[in-house]
Amino acid sequence: MAMTVHVDVVSAEEEIFSGLAEFVALPGETGELGILPGHMPLMTRIKPGAVRVKVPNQTDEELIFVAGGILEVQPGLVTVLADTAIRGADLDEAKALEAKKKAEEALKSQAAKIDYVKAQAELMEAIAQIAAIQKLKKRGH
Amino acid sequence: MASGKEIRTQIKSVQNTRKITKAMEMVAASKMRKAQERMRSARPYAEKIRRLAANLSQANVTDYKHPFLVRKAENKRVGLILVTTDKGLCGGLNTNIQRVALGAMKEWDAAGASIQACCIGNKGLGFMQRMGAKVVSQVVQLGDTPHLENLIGPVKIMLDLFQKGELDSVHIAYTRFVNTMKQEPVLDQLLPLTGEKLGTPDASWDYLYEPDPQVVIDELLLRYIEALVYQAVAENMASEQSARMVAMKAASDNAKNVIGELQLVYNKTRQAAITKELSEIVGGAAAV
Repeated sequence: MAMTVHVDVVSAEEEIFSGLAEFVALPGETGELGILPGHMPLMTRIKPGAVRVKVPNQTDEELIFVAGGILEVQPGLVTVLADTAIRGADLDEAKALEAKKKAEEALKSQAAKIDYVKAQAELMEAIAQIAAIQKLKKRGH
Repeated sequence: MASGKEIRTQIKSVQNTRKITKAMEMVAASKMRKAQERMRSARPYAEKIRRLAANLSQANVTDYKHPFLVRKAENKRVGLILVTTDKGLCGGLNTNIQRVALGAMKEWDAAGASIQACCIGNKGLGFMQRMGAKVVSQVVQLGDTPHLENLIGPVKIMLDLFQKGELDSVHIAYTRFVNTMKQEPVLDQLLPLTGEKLGTPDASWDYLYEPDPQVVIDELLLRYIEALVYQAVAENMASEQSARMVAMKAASDNAKNVIGELQLVYNKTRQAAITKELSEIVGGAAAV
């Protein structure tokens, strides 16, 4: 039997691939990487592209598209932490700005000091409501 | 006493309400299964990245210390990420998490700390705005599937503030999913990253970094924080659906009870009317 290495490809939203492989090829930041079993520990960023996994006893390679991420290699283990979205400093910044703008717009129309008394009263009311409903429910049965 | 017709209309209206709550219960039940699945499928990533971060935090080659790992001397400026639902009708879920958040904010305020909030979800945003907290970023209308893409922006604002030294710590408040019947509001410290949270590394080797350690560590820790926030949002969504299912089931049961009681009253009035009519006829016949 050929040498194999355990490969995990996971994204924050799901597990994409998990299993043994004879060879993995992926787009590293500094160039295409080919990883064979027993590779030395390595950690690097990967670029958007295809991860090719050669699964034993299978002629076709598994193709997984990743939108970038981080690769970790240990002698018996390859982990690809895939991004679900294309990342970039500019793109992230744009998203942040958008979220900020929305909050700022909303902020314009309100007082500066936190009104704890009001918030507390509001919460107490809601809690009382829930308690009342629960009591009613108990009585009903 | 209400007439037969009035009671009938009332029964009809309660029946309609029950139909709606029943439907919502079933929708929530099916969404809950999916939400739980998503929550579980996010776990492998969180575990792997936690392990990596643990390895990195112990890495011995570099003297580079990432800002996320640096503990500040004092805690005078606090960031809070409040994760709530977008919609209501889910029992005490949002109220409970808001109470936890409010308790913490009060404590920070008493200690003289300023608070900046990041709101994920409509309910928490409304709450923060009503009480006049400083909301620096927000994201609402996430839908049924949490997407990391939507969370990057608002979280980045918090992280940037922390990195620039404008925040001393960042906390996250969300509802942890225990099981279908139980969800608990929790408040966790996100930043600075604490050692016990990362756990211990499983090996003492060091990696080859490409292009250089700093870049990789930066990227990894950023993703680690995002994964934590994502996990919180996913748990919150699973909690939301199960809380809604339970609340709607209770509402349906209540409606059923009300219908039963009304039906009883209706039958009684109907019977009384018949008896009255009968006795009138009998009385009339006797008079002839």
